[in-house]
Amino acid sequence: MTKWLLVGVIIACTVTADLIQAHGMRKGGARWKVPVSILFLALSFFAFTQLLRVAELSFAVPVTAASLVLETALARPVLKERVGWRRWGGAALAAIGVALLAL
Amino acid sequence: MKARALWHTAGVVLLNAAGNYALTLGMRRAPAAVGPVLALLEPAAMVGVGLLVAWLLLRLRLLQMADLSFVLPLTAIGYLLNAVIGAVLLGEHVTAARWTGALFITGGAALTSSTPHETDTGTAGQRESPGGQGGRS
Repeated sequence: MTKWLLVGVIIACTVTADLIQAHGMRKGGARWKVPVSILFLALSFFAFTQLLRVAELSFAVPVTAASLVLETALARPVLKERVGWRRWGGAALAAIGVALLAL
Repeated sequence: MKARALWHTAGVVLLNAAGNYALTLGMRRAPAAVGPVLALLEPAAMVGVGLLVAWLLLRLRLLQMADLSFVLPLTAIGYLLNAVIGAVLLGEHVTAARWTGALFITGGAALTSSTPHETDTGTAGQRESPGGQGGRS
Protein backbone atom coordinates (compact mmCIF):
# COMPACT_ATOMS: atom_id res chain seq x y z
CA MET A 1 0.00 0.00 0.00
CA THR A 2 2.79 2.41 0.97
CA LYS A 3 4.53 1.38 -2.21
CA TRP A 4 1.68 2.50 -4.45
CA LEU A 5 1.15 5.65 -2.42
CA LEU A 6 4.77 6.60 -3.02
CA VAL A 7 4.45 5.73 -6.71
CA GLY A 8 1.42 8.05 -6.85
CA VAL A 9 3.36 10.88 -5.20
CA ILE A 10 6.31 10.40 -7.59
CA ILE A 11 4.10 10.40 -10.66
CA ALA A 12 1.99 13.36 -9.50
CA CYS A 13 5.04 15.45 -8.60
CA THR A 14 6.94 14.61 -11.80
CA VAL A 15 3.98 15.35 -14.04
CA THR A 16 3.20 18.59 -12.19
CA ALA A 17 6.84 19.68 -12.38
CA ASP A 18 7.16 18.96 -16.11
CA LEU A 19 3.87 20.63 -16.99
CA ILE A 20 4.55 23.73 -14.89
CA GLN A 21 8.08 23.99 -16.30
CA ALA A 22 6.98 23.64 -19.91
CA HIS A 23 4.08 26.03 -19.34
CA GLY A 24 6.39 28.59 -17.78
CA MET A 25 8.99 28.38 -20.54
CA ARG A 26 6.43 28.70 -23.33
CA LYS A 27 3.61 30.81 -22.02
CA GLY A 28 5.32 33.08 -19.51
CA GLY A 29 5.77 33.13 -15.78
CA ALA A 30 9.04 31.18 -15.93
CA ARG A 31 10.48 33.23 -13.06
CA TRP A 32 8.18 31.58 -10.56
CA LYS A 33 7.06 28.48 -12.44
CA VAL A 34 10.56 27.06 -12.91
CA PRO A 35 11.48 27.28 -9.19
CA VAL A 36 8.12 25.72 -8.30
CA SER A 37 8.76 22.92 -10.80
CA ILE A 38 12.17 22.28 -9.24
CA LEU A 39 10.48 22.00 -5.85
CA PHE A 40 8.12 19.36 -7.24
CA LEU A 41 11.04 17.51 -8.83
CA ALA A 42 12.83 17.50 -5.48
CA LEU A 43 9.70 16.11 -3.83
CA SER A 44 9.50 13.46 -6.53
CA PHE A 45 13.13 12.44 -5.97
CA PHE A 46 12.63 12.32 -2.21
CA ALA A 47 9.59 10.07 -2.64
CA PHE A 48 11.68 7.90 -4.99
CA THR A 49 14.36 7.45 -2.34
CA GLN A 50 11.65 6.32 0.09
CA LEU A 51 10.19 3.97 -2.52
CA LEU A 52 13.58 2.26 -2.72
CA ARG A 53 13.21 1.39 0.99
CA VAL A 54 9.99 -0.53 0.41
CA ALA A 55 10.17 -1.69 -3.20
CA GLU A 56 12.61 -3.43 -5.50
CA LEU A 57 14.77 -1.44 -7.92
CA SER A 58 13.47 -3.54 -10.82
CA PHE A 59 10.01 -2.20 -9.96
CA ALA A 60 10.81 1.33 -8.77
CA VAL A 61 12.58 2.62 -11.89
CA PRO A 62 10.31 1.24 -14.62
CA VAL A 63 7.12 2.21 -12.78
CA THR A 64 8.11 5.89 -12.91
CA ALA A 65 7.47 5.68 -16.67
CA ALA A 66 3.79 6.08 -15.80
CA SER A 67 4.52 9.82 -15.75
CA LEU A 68 5.12 9.61 -19.49
CA VAL A 69 1.59 8.29 -20.00
CA LEU A 70 -0.02 11.01 -17.90
CA GLU A 71 2.09 13.76 -19.47
CA THR A 72 1.11 12.65 -22.94
CA ALA A 73 -2.56 12.68 -21.94
CA LEU A 74 -2.25 16.15 -20.38
CA ALA A 75 0.01 17.71 -23.04
CA ARG A 76 -2.96 18.47 -25.27
CA PRO A 77 -5.34 20.15 -22.80
CA VAL A 78 -2.69 21.88 -20.68
CA LEU A 79 0.04 22.77 -23.17
CA LYS A 80 -2.08 22.77 -26.34
CA GLU A 81 0.33 20.35 -27.99
CA ARG A 82 -0.43 18.27 -31.02
CA VAL A 83 0.19 14.67 -30.05
CA GLY A 84 0.78 12.29 -32.95
CA TRP A 85 -0.03 8.60 -33.19
CA ARG A 86 3.56 7.52 -32.51
CA ARG A 87 3.59 9.39 -29.22
CA TRP A 88 0.22 7.90 -28.30
CA GLY A 89 1.56 4.48 -29.30
CA GLY A 90 4.62 4.94 -27.12
CA ALA A 91 2.48 6.04 -24.20
CA ALA A 92 0.20 3.03 -24.71
CA LEU A 93 3.19 0.65 -24.66
CA ALA A 94 4.46 2.29 -21.47
CA ALA A 95 0.98 2.00 -19.92
CA ILE A 96 0.86 -1.72 -20.72
CA GLY A 97 4.33 -2.07 -19.24
CA VAL A 98 3.31 -0.35 -16.01
CA ALA A 99 0.20 -2.53 -15.80
CA LEU A 100 2.42 -5.62 -16.14
CA LEU A 101 4.59 -4.35 -13.27
CA ALA A 102 1.51 -4.29 -11.09
CA LEU A 103 0.92 -8.03 -11.57
CA MET B 1 31.02 13.51 -33.29
CA LYS B 2 28.58 10.61 -33.38
CA ALA B 3 31.04 8.24 -31.69
CA ARG B 4 31.59 10.87 -28.99
CA ALA B 5 27.85 11.22 -28.52
CA LEU B 6 27.50 7.45 -28.27
CA TRP B 7 30.20 7.26 -25.60
CA HIS B 8 28.49 10.03 -23.67
CA THR B 9 25.16 8.23 -24.05
CA ALA B 10 26.69 5.06 -22.65
CA GLY B 11 28.09 7.09 -19.77
CA VAL B 12 24.69 8.62 -19.08
CA VAL B 13 22.97 5.23 -18.99
CA LEU B 14 25.67 3.67 -16.80
CA LEU B 15 25.84 6.60 -14.37
CA ASN B 16 22.07 6.47 -13.92
CA ALA B 17 22.10 2.73 -13.29
CA ALA B 18 25.08 2.96 -10.91
CA GLY B 19 23.47 5.87 -9.06
CA ASN B 20 20.20 4.04 -8.61
CA TYR B 21 22.07 0.90 -7.50
CA ALA B 22 24.08 2.75 -4.85
CA LEU B 23 21.00 4.67 -3.72
CA THR B 24 19.07 1.42 -3.34
CA LEU B 25 21.88 -0.11 -1.29
CA GLY B 26 22.03 2.94 0.96
CA MET B 27 18.29 3.18 1.51
CA ARG B 28 18.11 -0.52 2.38
CA ARG B 29 21.08 -0.39 4.74
CA ALA B 30 19.64 2.54 6.67
CA PRO B 31 18.10 1.27 9.90
CA ALA B 32 14.32 1.27 9.92
CA ALA B 33 14.34 3.52 12.98
CA VAL B 34 16.17 6.21 11.05
CA GLY B 35 13.84 8.77 9.56
CA PRO B 36 13.36 9.29 5.83
CA VAL B 37 15.74 12.25 5.66
CA LEU B 38 18.54 10.82 7.81
CA ALA B 39 18.46 7.63 5.76
CA LEU B 40 19.94 9.70 2.94
CA LEU B 41 23.08 10.20 5.05
CA GLU B 42 23.90 6.51 4.69
CA PRO B 43 27.25 6.50 2.79
CA ALA B 44 26.01 4.38 -0.11
CA ALA B 45 22.95 6.61 -0.47
CA MET B 46 25.18 9.68 -0.57
CA VAL B 47 27.32 8.04 -3.25
CA GLY B 48 24.12 7.29 -5.15
CA VAL B 49 22.96 10.89 -4.96
CA GLY B 50 26.42 12.03 -6.09
CA LEU B 51 26.35 9.68 -9.07
CA LEU B 52 22.85 10.88 -10.00
CA VAL B 53 24.05 14.50 -9.88
CA ALA B 54 26.93 13.50 -12.18
CA TRP B 55 24.36 11.75 -14.40
CA LEU B 56 22.33 14.96 -14.68
CA LEU B 57 25.42 17.00 -15.58
CA LEU B 58 26.67 14.49 -18.16
CA ARG B 59 23.17 14.33 -19.64
CA LEU B 60 23.17 18.11 -20.02
CA ARG B 61 26.53 17.90 -21.79
CA LEU B 62 25.21 15.15 -24.04
CA LEU B 63 22.22 17.29 -24.95
CA GLN B 64 24.66 20.03 -26.01
CA MET B 65 26.24 17.74 -28.59
CA ALA B 66 23.35 15.55 -29.74
CA ASP B 67 19.68 15.87 -30.60
CA LEU B 68 17.14 15.06 -27.93
CA SER B 69 15.54 12.67 -30.41
CA PHE B 70 18.86 10.82 -30.58
CA VAL B 71 19.48 10.83 -26.85
CA LEU B 72 16.11 9.84 -25.38
CA PRO B 73 15.42 6.62 -27.31
CA LEU B 74 18.89 5.36 -26.41
CA THR B 75 18.71 6.34 -22.75
CA ALA B 76 15.33 4.59 -22.50
CA ILE B 77 17.37 1.39 -22.24
CA GLY B 78 17.99 2.53 -18.66
CA TYR B 79 14.56 1.23 -17.64
CA LEU B 80 15.62 -2.24 -18.64
CA LEU B 81 19.15 -1.91 -17.27
CA ASN B 82 17.81 -1.04 -13.83
CA ALA B 83 15.71 -4.21 -13.89
CA VAL B 84 18.82 -6.20 -14.86
CA ILE B 85 20.79 -4.64 -11.99
CA GLY B 86 17.94 -5.45 -9.63
CA ALA B 87 18.01 -9.09 -10.69
CA VAL B 88 21.77 -9.61 -10.98
CA LEU B 89 23.33 -7.37 -8.34
CA LEU B 90 20.55 -7.03 -5.81
CA GLY B 91 19.21 -10.57 -6.07
CA GLU B 92 15.66 -9.41 -6.72
CA HIS B 93 13.15 -11.91 -7.98
CA VAL B 94 12.10 -10.40 -11.30
CA THR B 95 9.04 -12.17 -12.63
CA ALA B 96 8.34 -12.76 -16.30
CA ALA B 97 5.57 -10.15 -16.10
CA ARG B 98 8.02 -7.60 -14.72
CA TRP B 99 10.62 -8.29 -17.44
CA THR B 100 7.90 -7.94 -20.07
CA GLY B 101 6.68 -4.75 -18.42
CA ALA B 102 10.18 -3.26 -18.41
CA LEU B 103 10.56 -4.20 -22.09
CA PHE B 104 7.26 -2.56 -22.98
CA ILE B 105 8.21 0.58 -21.05
CA THR B 106 11.61 0.78 -22.74
CA GLY B 107 9.97 0.35 -26.15
CA GLY B 108 7.26 2.86 -25.30
CA ALA B 109 9.71 5.46 -24.06
CA ALA B 110 11.93 4.94 -27.11
CA LEU B 111 8.97 5.24 -29.49
CA THR B 112 7.65 8.35 -27.76
CA SER B 113 11.08 9.93 -27.75
CA SER B 114 11.69 9.21 -31.41
CA THR B 115 8.87 11.49 -32.53
CA PRO B 116 9.75 14.96 -33.88
CA HIS B 117 10.72 17.47 -31.20
CA GLU B 118 10.59 20.64 -33.24
CA THR B 119 8.38 23.32 -31.85
CA ASP B 120 6.14 24.53 -34.63
CA THR B 121 3.64 27.29 -34.53
CA GLY B 122 1.65 26.21 -37.53
CA THR B 123 -0.78 23.42 -38.07
CA ALA B 124 1.62 20.98 -39.66
CA GLY B 125 3.80 18.58 -37.74
CA GLN B 126 3.65 17.59 -34.16
CA ARG B 127 4.73 19.05 -30.89
CA GLU B 128 6.06 17.08 -28.05
CA SER B 129 5.39 17.21 -24.36
CA PRO B 130 8.38 17.50 -22.03
CA GLY B 131 7.92 13.82 -21.22
CA GLY B 132 11.16 12.06 -20.65
CA GLN B 133 12.10 9.77 -17.87
CA GLY B 134 11.80 11.90 -14.83
CA GLY B 135 14.85 11.60 -12.75
CA ARG B 136 14.98 7.88 -12.79
CA SER B 137 16.30 6.77 -16.07
